[in-house]
Amino acid sequence: MTTTANQVPDGEEFRLRMTGVRKFFGATRALDGVDLAVRPGEVMALVGENGAGKSTLMKVLSGAHRRDQGDMFLEGNPYEPRDPLHAREQGIAMIYQELSLAPHLSIMENILLGIEPRRGLLLDRGTMRKIASNALREVGLPDMDPGIEVRRLSPARMQLVEIARAVALDCKVLVLDEPTSSLTGPDIQNLFALVRRLKANGISVVYISHFLEEVKEISDRFTVLRDGKTVGRGITRDTDTHEIITAMVGREVGDLYPRSQHRAGEEILTLKSLTGVEKPEGVDLRLHRGEVLGIAGLVGAGRTELMRMIFGLDPVKGGEVRVAGHPGAASPAKRWRQGVGMVSEDRKAEGLAVGLSIAENLTLPRLRGLGPWRWVRPSRQRAVCKPWIEAMPIKCTSAGQRVGALSGGNQQKVALARLLHADVDVLLLDEPTRGVDVGSKAQIYQLIDDLAKGNPGQGIPPKAVLVISSYLPELMGICDRIAVMCRGRLGAPRDVRDWDEHQLMRVATGAGDEAAADAVPFQTEENQETL
Amino acid sequence: MNIIPSEKPSFFQTPWFNTFGRFLALLGVFLFFALMVEGGRFYSLRNLENILRQSAVYATVGLGMTLVIITGGIDLSVGSIIALAVTMVAWTLNLPVPGEEGAFLIHQMPVLLPILAVLAAIGVSAIAGFCNGALIVGLKLVPFIVTLGMMGIVRGVAKGIARERDIYPEADTWITSIMDPVLTSGSRRWMVFPIGVWFLIAGILLTGFLLRYTRMGRHIYAIGSNEETARLCGVPVGRTKIMVYALTGAFCGVAGLMQFSYLGGIGQPTTGIMYELFVIAAVIIGGASLRGGEGTVVGTMIGALIITILYMGGQQMGWPKWVQEMVIGGIIIIAVALDQYRHRRAASA
Repeated sequence: MTTTANQVPDGEEFRLRMTGVRKFFGATRALDGVDLAVRPGEVMALVGENGAGKSTLMKVLSGAHRRDQGDMFLEGNPYEPRDPLHAREQGIAMIYQELSLAPHLSIMENILLGIEPRRGLLLDRGTMRKIASNALREVGLPDMDPGIEVRRLSPARMQLVEIARAVALDCKVLVLDEPTSSLTGPDIQNLFALVRRLKANGISVVYISHFLEEVKEISDRFTVLRDGKTVGRGITRDTDTHEIITAMVGREVGDLYPRSQHRAGEEILTLKSLTGVEKPEGVDLRLHRGEVLGIAGLVGAGRTELMRMIFGLDPVKGGEVRVAGHPGAASPAKRWRQGVGMVSEDRKAEGLAVGLSIAENLTLPRLRGLGPWRWVRPSRQRAVCKPWIEAMPIKCTSAGQRVGALSGGNQQKVALARLLHADVDVLLLDEPTRGVDVGSKAQIYQLIDDLAKGNPGQGIPPKAVLVISSYLPELMGICDRIAVMCRGRLGAPRDVRDWDEHQLMRVATGAGDEAAADAVPFQTEENQETL
Repeated sequence: MNIIPSEKPSFFQTPWFNTFGRFLALLGVFLFFALMVEGGRFYSLRNLENILRQSAVYATVGLGMTLVIITGGIDLSVGSIIALAVTMVAWTLNLPVPGEEGAFLIHQMPVLLPILAVLAAIGVSAIAGFCNGALIVGLKLVPFIVTLGMMGIVRGVAKGIARERDIYPEADTWITSIMDPVLTSGSRRWMVFPIGVWFLIAGILLTGFLLRYTRMGRHIYAIGSNEETARLCGVPVGRTKIMVYALTGAFCGVAGLMQFSYLGGIGQPTTGIMYELFVIAAVIIGGASLRGGEGTVVGTMIGALIITILYMGGQQMGWPKWVQEMVIGGIIIIAVALDQYRHRRAASA
């Protein structure tokens, strides 16, 4: 990996070349010297922590922002996108993390949006259908009816439609921003196969990802961004993952997953044949203080639904939830009072009020004690946030800053700090590190470990953590026990040392569990004892 | 998160069933009054024609409102624009001959002036609608605020033109009779519908064609479905929105002509109050979503008929006005609740 020679080599062989690109927002240097060069038919991975400048770079590339300094070339000619449409016309296609499709329109209408073929005044539906079918075939959906409304598709299919939109426009450079964040196993492999096909057709792919395993698998070369600068690049095959991480965070990262000895204490959350309206079905589970219990499984297996039921967000059809032995119906308000808190997988839609300040978000579940009687004094509200901002730490200008202005990692830390401020005993975490940069991830893992450990010296009892994650190395790294959910049924939790990733995947995909076929799908008293 | 049941819509999720279900509701409401109103008066030819005539104003404005609501917007100024159009017609017909005391233009140009009056009404209304769109796009304001403001401004302009009095035009013209019943009138039977209703039918075809078969139609849906995406894909978002509001204004102008005829050829600047709410209700009962991206012309027409039938049926049943108002209000809530329930069922089926 070359970390010193930042000059991108000249040459006609590059399809897209950016040198010394800078972008300032007031005094903030969002981009401070980015060099990036991509050849035809190659996959270039762009890695960096959140806040490193990847999204600003994409906006400059797509014409949404104008750069302040530096040069950009497309196939050797100066590239000056006026706006996103202009960039698109020149063959630069962006696939954002949050898909940008019009859900009410059909597949073909989406693919040809803005460039609809016409015959006179009329839409030329025949041609639309033909172009859309061709594009769908190229992205591996030859049998898909282009007339279907997009909102009926699964997220994976929607993504393919969006790629088809790029293909239909004859894109030369395809930028994929965290394309696997909403996909699971087989869909990821399909996407990779598609990326390889596009690459074989000569398309240049810029692949932005947090998952270094993916970067290793799919990319030919990589570029590392940090603090708005290109700090490293190299050939993926010849570079060690550890080296890339070091370049990303700018320091040596020790073990990403800290783990101290946890001691499982009293039982604090009990699920007895808990059944939801559709999913999950007959879930039994016991969660103890001082343990981190992971739930693995595919997206759609019913893990989020389970967590929402526990927290009183979704109706319970059968069975029961006991918190510290107390049964009864529940609402989120009651759960907070019982000392249960949840972090949702969807930060923007559910987890946080992004338009409000850090202080408003952090204190929302516990506004008591922020003033006399039931008053909430803003100054006091901000003051109580200070220690959390320092402890997490949350990178911000003040406790009054809008949450939407923070990076993903810092937003997530606000969501977690909220549970700590509410002083909960049970933490329900749904995909707690989704869209979070490596540095914040490490801090979140450390926090989870500290919580499960407790601090008896200062009278802080160990907490219980239930965590859902689709990222197996993470589960393996932070959990004491892991249970797998498959099609709404939760298998018995087993000690993390008894699992390996391969096996977790087999159970999650319903391929069966060789090691303990009898332990799935129901938990029994016997294997509970093996804790 | 929604679970995607299947990509192929089931029969109950097809647009066809969606419209059919609304049609059944319309039929139900109609049958209710047909059975309840004594002596079969409700389904007499005369009454059917009256229902059609009465619903025409709401339906015509509803065409424009459907487009606006599909883009995710709203237009609260339509009632005022109708009043402006009504006033414009009467004012034009009442123009004096310059320089001659007591002489009116209408006597000098009995053919041309009514045509000018129609063009003036529609033109001024379209300009008012254009102002809505231009302010929304240009100042980046939400449609609710802009059209709320315009509701007051346009009403004021109408009253100003009329000098806060009703205008009684000097002579009766054909405009006064565009909504007169024809089926029961004998001599003009061959027309089948009053001229105004034919205007509406032309509007329905035009709007349906626009939505279904043109680029602009797709763009209207795309903007309501996901405005950012539309912009990203090069859809002229601002221009499309301005067009939609201007078109709504123009439809208000046409509706104003009908209203002028209803009022018996009087330019009443205080007419059309609360019409915006009836029109929005018709569009929503017709299956459009206030969040945008959804809505059809046929649905809106059914919505307009349902509201008119409730209104007229209530009258003919002898319900007091306060009961009528409560019933219509209740129906709006029930209709939207049912629709949402159906949507949610579809999402989790």
